[in-house]
Amino acid sequence: MVTAPRKFEFELVSPEQLVFSEPVDMAVVPGADGDFGVLAGHSPLISTLRPGVLQIWQGDVVEQSLFVAGGFAEVNEERCTVLADEAIPVSSIDPTLVTAEIEELEAELPGEVDPVAKKLIETRLNIARAKLWAAKVPTTH
Amino acid sequence: MPSLKDLRNRITSVKSTRKITSAMKMVAASKLRRAQEQAHAAQPYAQRMQGMLSRLAANYVVTPAAPRLLVGSGKDQTHLLIVLTSDRGLAGGFNSYVVREARRQIAALLAEGKTVKVLTVGRKARDLLRRDHRERIIDSLEGIGRKKLSFTDATVIAKAALDKFDAGEVDVVTVIYNRFKSVMAQIPTQLQLVPFQLPKAKPVAADPHAHHGHHEHVVPPAVYEFEPSEEEILAELLPRNLAIQLYSALLDSAAGEQAARMTAMDNATRNAGDAINRYTLAYNRARQAAITKELIEIVSGAEAL
Repeated sequence: MVTAPRKFEFELVSPEQLVFSEPVDMAVVPGADGDFGVLAGHSPLISTLRPGVLQIWQGDVVEQSLFVAGGFAEVNEERCTVLADEAIPVSSIDPTLVTAEIEELEAELPGEVDPVAKKLIETRLNIARAKLWAAKVPTTH
Repeated sequence: MPSLKDLRNRITSVKSTRKITSAMKMVAASKLRRAQEQAHAAQPYAQRMQGMLSRLAANYVVTPAAPRLLVGSGKDQTHLLIVLTSDRGLAGGFNSYVVREARRQIAALLAEGKTVKVLTVGRKARDLLRRDHRERIIDSLEGIGRKKLSFTDATVIAKAALDKFDAGEVDVVTVIYNRFKSVMAQIPTQLQLVPFQLPKAKPVAADPHAHHGHHEHVVPPAVYEFEPSEEEILAELLPRNLAIQLYSALLDSAAGEQAARMTAMDNATRNAGDAINRYTLAYNRARQAAITKELIEIVSGAEAL
């Protein structure tokens, strides 16, 4: 079935600023339980995010790929809102810097005895690994 | 009667003071502009989050599994007050108003028999509160946003408060800060962070336009799917919301500080100008008097011959 392409309002907001707000064709959001694509008319949903890549599609191409460190997504009849903890363009990630960060964190992890601090390091490690992965896997299209 | 030299010295000194205050005023003005821009840029996130929370609340039924941040610890005994001030003074009544509000609140809580703990942010809060509430200050943070305030600063404070709450050391968390109303007015404000008051879900049908805030569009309560469960989302959303509210408070406080300093320095510059005028007048009078006196001496000396 072929329907006329319909756009929907998509917003990406980080605590510091409104990053993106435009009608788009599709958004692929890294949900906590797996990536999900949002098209116009998606059923209402609230989800948490995992560190990963958010793709914004216009027509058949990925217009923007952004790395988000975590946050929330809400889809309702009117729009899709993503509240990201941190949102940076994938192209601006420096793999060498991230690799250095991962190594540093990995070295730190075994020595940490405080469970709270350990959890914090693990979280940061997860984010850094996802970031590195995002930078190394070039987005197709 | 001060001597001519004294007056001259005083005029020079007031003039250099005026230079300093007028420079500080200009620095504060440019910092204020930046702080306001930053506060403005941070608004969308806070608004969207409020919107999301209120839509969640519209359908939410409190269950035994409800996050403690929402329902509280079941007690109301120990209060944690987070007092936001600046690190630096010379900002008029900016810091003393907040501290006065904090003192009032501490006294009121103590009178009710509550236990009060204080977390100070900014050197001024610590310096001013340490005199009479030293034993209540559990921690003092400084240098927050010395360069540029970031969201991380807010998460650090939020985490400190959350840890205390999770450990059962405090039951209620309130932040006291200067709300930025306008450049001329900063209002000392109290905001309860824990337990969190979910925005009341108002009946949508009654008046859709009076629903919530200006920018947030009215969305009819939809039946949302949750990924993962509603409880888990709330458990993540609430601490995040706390950090965001603190972040807004910090931004308000930072903008307010610069506004207060600008106003204070503007007044100081004007007062210095007035003082210089007064002293110059006195100086000229004294000089004229000295000249007249010398002339009289010459004339009467000549007459005596």
